Amino acid sequence: MKAARAAVAGEVVAGAAVASATAAVDTGVDVGRRNALKLGGLTVAFLWTGARSAASAAISARRQPSDAAAAAADGNPAFAPNAFIRIDADGLVRLVMPNVEMGQGIYTGACMMLAEELDVGMDQIRVEHAPPNEELYSMPLLGGQITGGSTSTRGHWGVLREAGAVARSMLVAAAAERWHVDPASCTVARGVVTHEATKRSLGFGVLAKAAATAPEPAKVVLKDPKSFTLIGKPLRRVDSADKVVGATQFGIDVKVPGMKIATVMACPTFGGKLMSVDDTRTRAIPGVIAVLRLDAAVAVVGEHFWAAKQGLDALDITWDRGDNADLTTAKLREALADKSNNGTSIVAREVGKKPADGKLVYATYQLPMLAHATMEPLNTTVWITPDKCEIWVGTQVPTRCVTAAAKITGLPEAKVVLHNQYLGGGFGRRLETDSVEQALHLAKQVSYPIKVIWTREEDIRHDIVRPMYHDHISAVLGDNGLPVWYGDRVAGGTVLGRWAPSAMGKDGLDDDTVECAATVPYDIPNLKVEWVRHDMPAGLIVGWWRGVGPTHNLFVVESFMDELAHTAGKDPLEYRRALLQKNPRSLALLNLAAEKIGWGKSALPARVGRGIALGEPFGSRICVIVEAEVSAQGEVRLLRAVVALDCGVAINPSSVEAQVQGGLLFGLGAALYNGITLKHGAIEQSNFHDYRSLRMNETPLIELHRIDNLESPGGLGEVGTAIAAPALANAIFAATGVRLHSLPVNRALLVQNGGALKDVVT
Amino acid sequence: MFVLHVNGEAHSVDVPADMPVLWVLRDIVGLTGTKFGCGIAQCGACTVHLDGQAVRSCVLPISAVGDKAVTTIEAVGKTPTGQKVQQAWLDVDVVQCGYCQSGQIMSASALLARTPNPNDADIDAAMSGNLCRCATYVRIRAAIKQAATGKIEAPQTVPAGAA
Repeated sequence: MKAARAAVAGEVVAGAAVASATAAVDTGVDVGRRNALKLGGLTVAFLWTGARSAASAAISARRQPSDAAAAAADGNPAFAPNAFIRIDADGLVRLVMPNVEMGQGIYTGACMMLAEELDVGMDQIRVEHAPPNEELYSMPLLGGQITGGSTSTRGHWGVLREAGAVARSMLVAAAAERWHVDPASCTVARGVVTHEATKRSLGFGVLAKAAATAPEPAKVVLKDPKSFTLIGKPLRRVDSADKVVGATQFGIDVKVPGMKIATVMACPTFGGKLMSVDDTRTRAIPGVIAVLRLDAAVAVVGEHFWAAKQGLDALDITWDRGDNADLTTAKLREALADKSNNGTSIVAREVGKKPADGKLVYATYQLPMLAHATMEPLNTTVWITPDKCEIWVGTQVPTRCVTAAAKITGLPEAKVVLHNQYLGGGFGRRLETDSVEQALHLAKQVSYPIKVIWTREEDIRHDIVRPMYHDHISAVLGDNGLPVWYGDRVAGGTVLGRWAPSAMGKDGLDDDTVECAATVPYDIPNLKVEWVRHDMPAGLIVGWWRGVGPTHNLFVVESFMDELAHTAGKDPLEYRRALLQKNPRSLALLNLAAEKIGWGKSALPARVGRGIALGEPFGSRICVIVEAEVSAQGEVRLLRAVVALDCGVAINPSSVEAQVQGGLLFGLGAALYNGITLKHGAIEQSNFHDYRSLRMNETPLIELHRIDNLESPGGLGEVGTAIAAPALANAIFAATGVRLHSLPVNRALLVQNGGALKDVVT
Repeated sequence: MFVLHVNGEAHSVDVPADMPVLWVLRDIVGLTGTKFGCGIAQCGACTVHLDGQAVRSCVLPISAVGDKAVTTIEAVGKTPTGQKVQQAWLDVDVVQCGYCQSGQIMSASALLARTPNPNDADIDAAMSGNLCRCATYVRIRAAIKQAATGKIEAPQTVPAGAA
């Protein structure tokens, strides 16, 4: 592995093919943005926002107009060359994280990129949450201070290394001037600049003040990957130590003097309203302080959560259940299927024409709505005074929260102070501001700070769910059994259309809905991919869910690839190999995964099967083979998963492994168990007993094999999730001969025979 | 008025008899390392030790505790087993978002105190009540084995200071 890297690195110096990984970076070059043009889906959608809006800012390694004010507000460090690096006179190096940490390990990755070029040890730094500031902390691939879409590492790669290099260069310049030596004769290690010839050394703290007056270098040279001391090493996360002793402060742990605690219940139906509340019994409960009413919700404030919860349970609430009072999942499905069949589509991509001859294969796939169920239930702490609004929350969209607060309180944004916190999971749920807005409306009614905590029931019943989909996919096979044309007609709601309407594409296309369908790894000469927009009834809002478009489309496309192989009478591995002859990077992954699991080497036991899935989501490439056993009664047991991954430069191989393992299990759990359903206009699921999550005893062995290279790093937080379901469905097909055209897995379809259910299961 | 013995200290608390220990810890005593996840003993984020036994504090009324000693994530590191578990969690770098990990570590510590050398079935039995939405289960299993045996069970991360 190392040898391969070194060999490639040798070419890097001369070649321009991997310009972003090495060599000189000119002022103003935004590597992340340039690379984004090659990426797909969510990132491209947002990139368009950036291109259309001149005001759109992005993180920069260079000094920005609002840097000085931001640094002054952050302890006024002696040296703050950019938005990310603060060096105090006592030598403490503080790194400001443009993204938020929700488990994906971005704080560690970002620190590694900064520290690599700054030449400090990971043990010498302190990590800080960034304040809301679009100018300084907007992500180049998203056009805002947003953490999502597996875009952080891709956006950081060029910028943060350059930021570290700029700072290092200025510190060296300060030392060289003091010693009257050539800066090029100085070296840096672990925060100390040394002039070897004269045996002189000075620490960053001593140099900080002088470095602040040194001119910003027009050009810096980034390290050759061969010289990396941090990047590429399996380093421990920067947030682990506090997390294992319970010392990390999540949003739900915030304590503000005088703070009271509230819990809330919103109208169970989408679009319903509060009619009346009888709070007689509630007010008699010790510790209850207030009952607060909103248009469509009631909250009880208590001295502690238990008083608030007891108080909430004691309320006698009458709801106006609204227009959706009779809504059911069946009705939603019916309307979606009707639109899918009869609605007008927007063509996302069309190449060539559908041939008149050949074997037509056709299938319909359905995907359910999904909740996020982050381990930390939604919560927000707010304190509104006449001239200030303070918010403590773990959010993926800090600046959107500030904008919402200004609107709700009537205060200017400058008077809104948001303290971002560690997030106990995000998965897309914390890309929304609904719970923050609700807390603001509640806090407006009281004079003291309140922490609003949603119960798990509230968290699931008022999730902003992943849309349901209804897709018609088809292909025409040539004489050799391989597809000469493929068509995918996706139907479903749009998240982007609500969340960032200006990012919608040509003819009103939401690129996310066809991500990993419009472009597939395979060599298929003709194709047509289209999207039929189907909005949910008013009030039923849909949102981003881990893996976004790829999680949806990879299930459909990769399940269907297996169907095609089966129709053609070919082995699913050989079938994919034949279609990947022009795609060596993905073919290598397919071959690696097949080799590691021993595909075809030995016969598997009865009702045990292996399923392949391959995809190229989020700028990475991944192939998974899942091995699963299906009991005679239709229960599915995960036995093993082998993953082959090409994510370009693996910044932190330990984090890469963790994200792939966790992401894969997240996707497998959802495929096995999860679907949000509606009855009487309300979500039926409410907690972990009926919205199940994978558990320790269900976790299979997972092996990860990486193919390393010096390509720019791809996203990792979602690739495992996006590729999970099709690998599982294909394994179930191999085990049982039953093709699953919908999720979650329907065990009733997998029962071996009528007698199986009468057997005693031990 | 109840007296709750937490991490070796006695706390007099004026709370309702049915108040779960979780909320007494978090909102009255001020120890927020113990987490709220579900409120119905389905996720294990609230796991603490009651006289060394792992219990779900979200469904444990304070009136049921009596004189028993409550140990939380903030103090479990003072026991040899807890210390070993926390160290293994670092060496294997188990955590992701970290929200469930207090509960995971409390369940794992109770397991090892009772069963010093657990097999996979023991681990499944002791740990399947603790959900992790980041699904760090592969590393949790490795870290428990490593804490038990002292043998390296998974590729080790490099501590920050060694970099």
